[in-house]
Amino acid sequence: MKQTKILMGMPITVEITGDAIPPEIFEKVFNYFQHVDETFSTYKEHSEISKINKGGLTQKKASKEMQEVFELSEQTKKETNGFFDIKNPSGQYDPSGLVKGWSIYNASKILEAEGYKDYFIEAGGDIQTSRSNATAAPWKVGIRNPFNIDEIVKVLAIKNEGVATSGTYIRGQHIYNPLEINSEVQEIVSLTVVGPNIYEADRFATAAFAMGRNGISFIENLKGFEGYMIDQQGIATMTSDFNKYIKNV
Amino acid sequence: MTMKKRILYIAVIFLYAGYIAYQKINSSAAPLVVPPKLSQLPAIPNLTDVPSAPSPVVPAAPAPTPAPAPAPASTPVPKPKGLYADGQYTGSVTDAYYGNVQVQVTISGSKIAGVKFLDYPQDRSTSRAINSQAMPYLIQEALQTQSANVDVISGATFTSQAFVQSLASALTKAKNA
Repeated sequence: MKQTKILMGMPITVEITGDAIPPEIFEKVFNYFQHVDETFSTYKEHSEISKINKGGLTQKKASKEMQEVFELSEQTKKETNGFFDIKNPSGQYDPSGLVKGWSIYNASKILEAEGYKDYFIEAGGDIQTSRSNATAAPWKVGIRNPFNIDEIVKVLAIKNEGVATSGTYIRGQHIYNPLEINSEVQEIVSLTVVGPNIYEADRFATAAFAMGRNGISFIENLKGFEGYMIDQQGIATMTSDFNKYIKNV
Repeated sequence: MTMKKRILYIAVIFLYAGYIAYQKINSSAAPLVVPPKLSQLPAIPNLTDVPSAPSPVVPAAPAPTPAPAPAPASTPVPKPKGLYADGQYTGSVTDAYYGNVQVQVTISGSKIAGVKFLDYPQDRSTSRAINSQAMPYLIQEALQTQSANVDVISGATFTSQAFVQSLASALTKAKNA
């Protein structure tokens, strides 16, 4: 069974393999995303992150989950040599590059706690999969063609991983290289990362994308991660073991 | 360092030979040009130690290369209808942490026919160990549309001005070639 809702300004889809899935289960997951949006949205005036950005709330007095996100962001910044930074060029905190993957991963734990083992959760093109689809096969995950959004350029067979794609073609050129503030990432159009879970895949996809052409080498050197990069010329570069996910169709 | 010097020396000789060949082919009517001093030859990007700043990919100028440059076609070839003009396009030299990477793309019949590594980090001993694991194993391919049914798609859902711009700039390079 599958349900989609527009939340956090993007379509969020939950599919659980099986027939009689109680609607409350889907409800629970969507409510969680709603809550995340109300806490972390920089577009919402009264969200907790907006209060922090306006100076009305200090990080120390923020909620536990806000502090967790700040800690994870700091950790990711170190692990990516500064390429991941939730502080945007204007000095405001925008943790959306981390919160999306983090919240999808947390939502998957909600399903696990309810006893579900076969599902995927997708939010704005980032996916957490678990086990198998309705045909008892691994989930078939397509990589969108950045030059034509109606097409896919690769089909992956994914069991228990996270798949995240960073790109310049969504909502403008929104990823900055924090080490060169004024240069937006230009050469690479799309970078898909498969990792142990969507939190890990998403944060490293975001950081590696900001590295431009070097991003794919960064992913290559990360144990447990594989990547598929597409440049402006329509050439794809993949990491050495990415092949294991490719489903021949 | 001695190894590096040797590589540089050999490369300069090749470059020079290539330069002569290129001159002969392209200007057979003109008198042989007095060879410039070695120091005046264009720099060899793949042997520089300093990572150069990424620059936009430009169609390869007929740069002196060891391989003989293709002779200009004497009969006009009908231009294919596709967006990309046939030819070889050399990408910018890009800093890949431990050295430079440069690729060459071949367009044939308006489609991407091949990609070749002109350079990858191999110069410094410190980087060799790291890159012997990483770089040579990165695999490249031209995008191909798949028509399979999938459960879910990874990617973005909205087009934007930025995408249109970046696509346009990419196509301009092959168009203007």
